[in-house]
Amino acid sequence: MIEAVVVMNTQGKPRLTKFYDYVPLEKQQELIRSIYGVLCSRAENVSNFIKADSIFGPYKHYATLYIVFVFDSSENELAMLDLIQVFVETLDKCFKNVCELDVVFNFSKIHTILNEIVFGGQVLETSSTEVMKAVEEITRLEKASNAITLPRSVSGWQVR
Amino acid sequence: MAGSSIMESFFQRSLDDLIKGLRLQVTEYNFISKSLEEIRREIKSTDLQTKSIALEKLTYLNSIHNIDMIWASFHVVEVMSSNKFIHKKIGYLAASQSFNESTDVILLITNQLRKDLNSGNQFEAGLALECLAKIGNTDLARDLTPEVFTLLSSSKDFVRKKAVAVMLRVFNKYPDAVRVSFKRLVENLESVNTDPTAAIGVFCELCSKDPRSYLPLAPEFYKILVDSKNNWVLIKVLKVFSNLAPLEPRLAKRIVDPIGEHMKRTSSKSLMFECIRTVVTCLTEYEVILKLAVEKIRDCFLSDNDDDPNLKYLGLQVLSILGSKQQLWAVVENKEFVINSLSDLDPNIKFESLQLVMEMVSEGNVAEITHYLVGVALKSDPEFCNEILGSILMTCSRNVYEVIVDFDWYVSLLGDISRNPHCQKGEEIERQLVDICLRVAEVRPEIVRVARDLLIDPALLSNPYMHRILRAAAWVSGEHVEFSRNPFELMEALLQPRTNLLPPLVRSVYIQTAFKVLVFCLSSYLVPKEVISAPVDNLAPEVSAETSEQEASLCEGDEYFDPRMSRTGEDSNVDNGQASSSGSLENDPFTHESIFNMLNMIKMALGPLSGSDEVEVLERARNVLGLIDLMEQEIPGLLAREGSLRGEEVQGSRVLDLLQNAFSKELGPVSLSAQQRVPVPEGLQLKENLSELETVCGDIDLTPSSSFSLGSVPFVEKYNTQHMEKESEVSTESTSLLTEHRKRHGLYYLSADKNASGSNDYPPVNEMSNPIDGAQDLLRLTSQSVDSKKKSTSKRRPVVVRLDDGEEATTSGVEKAKDSKDDILSGAVRNILLGDESKHMSSQSKPPVTGKRNGKEVSLDTGHVPQSKETLGEIENTSTSVSHHSKERRRRSKKKDGDKEETSQKEKQKSHRSGRSKTRQTAEIQSQVIPDFLL
Repeated sequence: MIEAVVVMNTQGKPRLTKFYDYVPLEKQQELIRSIYGVLCSRAENVSNFIKADSIFGPYKHYATLYIVFVFDSSENELAMLDLIQVFVETLDKCFKNVCELDVVFNFSKIHTILNEIVFGGQVLETSSTEVMKAVEEITRLEKASNAITLPRSVSGWQVR
Repeated sequence: MAGSSIMESFFQRSLDDLIKGLRLQVTEYNFISKSLEEIRREIKSTDLQTKSIALEKLTYLNSIHNIDMIWASFHVVEVMSSNKFIHKKIGYLAASQSFNESTDVILLITNQLRKDLNSGNQFEAGLALECLAKIGNTDLARDLTPEVFTLLSSSKDFVRKKAVAVMLRVFNKYPDAVRVSFKRLVENLESVNTDPTAAIGVFCELCSKDPRSYLPLAPEFYKILVDSKNNWVLIKVLKVFSNLAPLEPRLAKRIVDPIGEHMKRTSSKSLMFECIRTVVTCLTEYEVILKLAVEKIRDCFLSDNDDDPNLKYLGLQVLSILGSKQQLWAVVENKEFVINSLSDLDPNIKFESLQLVMEMVSEGNVAEITHYLVGVALKSDPEFCNEILGSILMTCSRNVYEVIVDFDWYVSLLGDISRNPHCQKGEEIERQLVDICLRVAEVRPEIVRVARDLLIDPALLSNPYMHRILRAAAWVSGEHVEFSRNPFELMEALLQPRTNLLPPLVRSVYIQTAFKVLVFCLSSYLVPKEVISAPVDNLAPEVSAETSEQEASLCEGDEYFDPRMSRTGEDSNVDNGQASSSGSLENDPFTHESIFNMLNMIKMALGPLSGSDEVEVLERARNVLGLIDLMEQEIPGLLAREGSLRGEEVQGSRVLDLLQNAFSKELGPVSLSAQQRVPVPEGLQLKENLSELETVCGDIDLTPSSSFSLGSVPFVEKYNTQHMEKESEVSTESTSLLTEHRKRHGLYYLSADKNASGSNDYPPVNEMSNPIDGAQDLLRLTSQSVDSKKKSTSKRRPVVVRLDDGEEATTSGVEKAKDSKDDILSGAVRNILLGDESKHMSSQSKPPVTGKRNGKEVSLDTGHVPQSKETLGEIENTSTSVSHHSKERRRRSKKKDGDKEETSQKEKQKSHRSGRSKTRQTAEIQSQVIPDFLL
């Protein structure tokens, strides 16, 4: 199963962390730090797998973000890489040219997207179109259930 | 109250505001604590809108900035129970992010979860399922099983796949749920019009924990393997099979063909990789497919033109699986690629190929491979360099230096490795140097030479990683000083000023070595005097006056001790002519002059140390100085700059004789079991309770084990000093004490010629045999493995073995405790699959039994008898008709029945495979035990 999904920027600041088994906060921090320790020492054009202590997982490097999936032996390494690609594609469809700021400001939406792909450590959906469909409906439902809340648009910070 | 809450909600910062604020801060800490204060206030608000935004902010801080949010658990529950979807979603996210099984408020959410699971809105049900998958504990799993069960057959894909996935958590936490919902889970796997992704994922996880229970489902998995077009599903089903196939050889045979088909057809690398991995992990005995897999590894993963490091890495990984499965030919076939990968950019690839290279090592190629690796190590970064050196050391010392034939070569390799500037393996090299020195008598001259080279290099003293190695080098050269080409030079090296850089313990070994060297030199000087007549005496001062003293002695030492060796350049420049002209001198470097110089040097170097703060250093320095004093008293002429010894002075050597005798006995390795074989003296109470003693000296570390470990320097040193101290003080007693000691324990030290007899505990590592030339690795490897087996039978290490046993016993105990839950789960799964649970089903509120299965169960109740062995060969038929299918299954299950109970029996007792006759009985016991568990 997938044990954790971590998105962090190239400075090691976590942007999204999700652990599929309960991990105490301190341990989470420690893990993220050791992942970053490995990641930042890796050159370009090397394989996309990190191995550190108990961690094994592929990562991908997009602009200023690292996306890391940590998993155990019951997942296929190459399929996991593809899954990261699916995740990023979905983000891209959702935010039109996704960048780090989208991830920073859309905390709950990112979680929603990830939840549609990975559920309790299990991969549920590998098609980004399907994921998009579900996410859009959930967003619609959110809006409908709360007319007062302004839609969370990203335009606010983009103007700045 | 109402007014304040409106105000609050009006001026409340949203999550976006919080994030923006955070981004503006240089130091986040203050801002976060201020925001937390706000959140604490807002979250108490009665307005759900305010509350939920506060909670959202808190969840954000928790997830990104690791702020504790357990204190807000109750608020999470409140927000979860809101009617508005947006609040609910925030609440559920907060819950799944922050709750764990032991959170107390988890008791309060059961009803909320149930309500949402039953909700008509599929997204609400989705939220609840997700929360359950993350935080579900035993209680939640038990209470919500009926609801999840209903959702398993939901018509909405969105909910159904989540319900399927959540079953994994439910089964793990509450194995009884298997009885209710296992069949429906299997239906999800079989069903044609639904996506089996989630179901196969669940089975893959379950199988990895306890594959045996799921063998009866093999036909379903097989069908997926043959029919499915979805790569993801195929990968998962291959994972399942790689767990199942080792348990059932006939199953392995069945899946060979379809896997081969996939390998030939697929264009997807991930599927290809999974196929290959399945083949190399569990289908290695099927030659055709193995060949195909190796071919594919080479073509798809290890090709240089396709420069994808991920594929390279994974290709090497499967190769090393093959290597570990005695399929070394596949590795050897790709030798070139592997060796090239050693200098890859990617550390992962480098490590992987290093492992592979080490696997290829054999007697024949060890020199070649290590030579290359040492070269690579010199060029690599420190981390990888040490990784290489570590694996060389480990591989070469494996199984008591099994692969080493030429120990002279290996010892000089150790010397080279030590000189690698990045080398941090001092401890291991130290151990091996001493170990080899003790075990292999033939190599001692070479080891002393290597040690000398290390000792005389002043540059090495400043490298802290070298100190351990230097300690071994010093000990070796002291213990076998008779092989030293030039003891004077050695003495100089031991006393060089830079030795003050050494830690005290190493330094004391240095001084102790100096002591041994001194005794050796003095006795070599004095003993010949007794025998040889005057002319030599007279010649000595003459020549040394002519030549510059140090170099002369250096050079002559060379000549004397190892005529084969050519002199070093400097030495020969100085006095080649004279030294060689005075032929008689060539035979004796121990001139009066050189001894005199040496004694002076020692006094000068060790004098200051007799006041050292370090006890070890101080004592040893005093020993040396004491010996010199003693000699001066006994032989007054010794310290005169000129002149020779007269007849009466020679008797002083009696003291030296005693000392020399003490050192000349060879130290052999001591068996770890030596102590055991010492008979217990009468009247010695070994089993007495020592708890009182413990209170008296509680904090004294009583670990005797190290003193009996093999060849550890501290022990040897201690052992020596004990005797030494006795000897230098009461010299007359010394030998008698020593001989008595040896007589008493003589049995338990190995005799000096330990290569001779086979009855020794430590037979020679490898007889120096002629290296077989030309033969290639594969052949060698097979013969070698046979050899090693033979050897290992003659080797006896009882204590080690028993230690291992003890460890195993404890760990297996732990495992057993850990497995208990799995046992329940697998028991339950077996019950379902074997179908003998129908009588318990009546107690369930919702017997979820389809007609087809029901029939099967009833009929199965009648028979427990293990049946014939036909079944798995007929997998293909299963899809032809339903009734046939179920019959097949039934037969299959019956056959499995026997196996099953046997294994669960095995797990319970943790004993080895019990007799077939027992199974019947066990079956009855178990069918009674399990219901007790369930109710």
